[in-house]
Amino acid sequence: MSGPLIEAKDVSVKIGDRRILDHIELAINAKEIVTVVGPNGSGKSTLLRTLIGAIKPDKGQIKRQHGLTIGYVPQKLHIDPTLPMTVRRFLNLPRAHDQSTIDLALQRAGIPGRANDAMTALSGGQFQRALMARALLDTPDLLMLDEAAQGLDQTGVADFYKQIEDIRNQLGCGVLMVSHDLHVVMRAADRVICLNQHICCQGHPEAVTTDPAYHALFGTDTDEVLALFRHDPHQHPHQETESTKETTNETPT
Amino acid sequence: MLDDFMVRAALAGIGVMVAAAPLGCFVVWRRMAFFGAATAHAAVLGVAISLALSISVFVGVLAVCLAMAITVTLLAGRGYAMDTLLGVLAHAALAVGLVAVSFLTHIRIDLMAYLFGDILAVGHADIGVIWGGSLLVLGIMIWRWQAILLATVSEDLAYAEGYRPFRDELLLTISLAIVIAVAIKVVGVLLIAAMLIIPAATARAFSSTPERMAVGAGLIGTIAVLAGLTGSWYLDTPAGATVVTAATILFALVNIAARLKQH
Repeated sequence: MSGPLIEAKDVSVKIGDRRILDHIELAINAKEIVTVVGPNGSGKSTLLRTLIGAIKPDKGQIKRQHGLTIGYVPQKLHIDPTLPMTVRRFLNLPRAHDQSTIDLALQRAGIPGRANDAMTALSGGQFQRALMARALLDTPDLLMLDEAAQGLDQTGVADFYKQIEDIRNQLGCGVLMVSHDLHVVMRAADRVICLNQHICCQGHPEAVTTDPAYHALFGTDTDEVLALFRHDPHQHPHQETESTKETTNETPT
Repeated sequence: MLDDFMVRAALAGIGVMVAAAPLGCFVVWRRMAFFGAATAHAAVLGVAISLALSISVFVGVLAVCLAMAITVTLLAGRGYAMDTLLGVLAHAALAVGLVAVSFLTHIRIDLMAYLFGDILAVGHADIGVIWGGSLLVLGIMIWRWQAILLATVSEDLAYAEGYRPFRDELLLTISLAIVIAVAIKVVGVLLIAAMLIIPAATARAFSSTPERMAVGAGLIGTIAVLAGLTGSWYLDTPAGATVVTAATILFALVNIAARLKQH
């Protein structure tokens, strides 16, 4: 188990005529929690979908470690109401698991005893946890979460990220998360990547937060951090401090 | 009481349901109902081509349905709106088919038999073709069941877990073409979609898992075939249409029963 779990080498993605990702260099190692942050439309979801193979890059390549198991939790998942699907059946798709494995996965994900519920009867938060339970079933080498805390309330979000750390410690897997939920994400991450079509900057959150450049970038409190991410997508605040200061005064939505 | 041709009709109908049940479930889950109907319309062009070239109707219909299904799947992947695409191709194929048939002045063809099917005229060879095609499709369904189901739930999950959802979807489309080609004699072009959708939709009311729904659709479809044939025997009504009517009655009864049970 040496070398990165998954690697993007000079990856560029175009959808239609629009360039979504530009020369992405990225590697995720085992036991590492990496968070990708960026404004809406910065290509966060596209990056994850490219890494799992759902989108073919038009330049560059994705290298996966041989035999890599990915647990992917998509941003949205719609199960058509005409499709009868219990939580148990969903967890047993595409491979059957024994009862105790299912029960343990549901417990870990925080929805114990829900195996016989219909997926469509779950609340948004429970549904997200069911997705998480399924992603954890085959003890993935790499866990990929796309805005996974959606539909959770404030305490739920904090618990959720605490749980991600626990899972990493228990399973020893790498974690790649995408989120706009900056402050919680920053606390849980080993490395933060700021994405805006290209990778603007990246680094260890603690090291980054002591850096004066970081303060120019993100401000000192989370409101400002959130406001930052409403910045004009064509500006890159680590180079253009002036425009950053302007945008940090805006109130976040 | 039942004549030999009635036994053949029942065997043909049940043969179609063996494949139509699991396939119909995917048609319902993936909201491909229009897709099934559109591919079936294209079958008329297949009939015309077969008669013009003096080849087996089954082969001609299968070829046109496959071409139609694959064209639609490929084009839909390029950002064309699916329903518009189907609307253009299906009606174009139907219209060109009807025009082509009108040129075949030297052949007497009973177009009604293809539009509405003639289950009572099914011969031994037809039963062989129907069961052959159906068992092939059933085999494909069983073989790729988990993969197609996963792709139906989420293509992204399928990609992340190393599947190729596009390939499985193409397989699903090809299966649909095969079922339409074998079923055209039984229920005809206009009613094929009904045998895919109505039994599956009926089974939804009492199923908690996808597998139960597929088996339930098979049972409902079989009951509809037997009840419809019996009904047409006593009432002297068109057999294919009576089978679909029986399926519709079952759909209504099962859904009313399910509602009553809820309250």
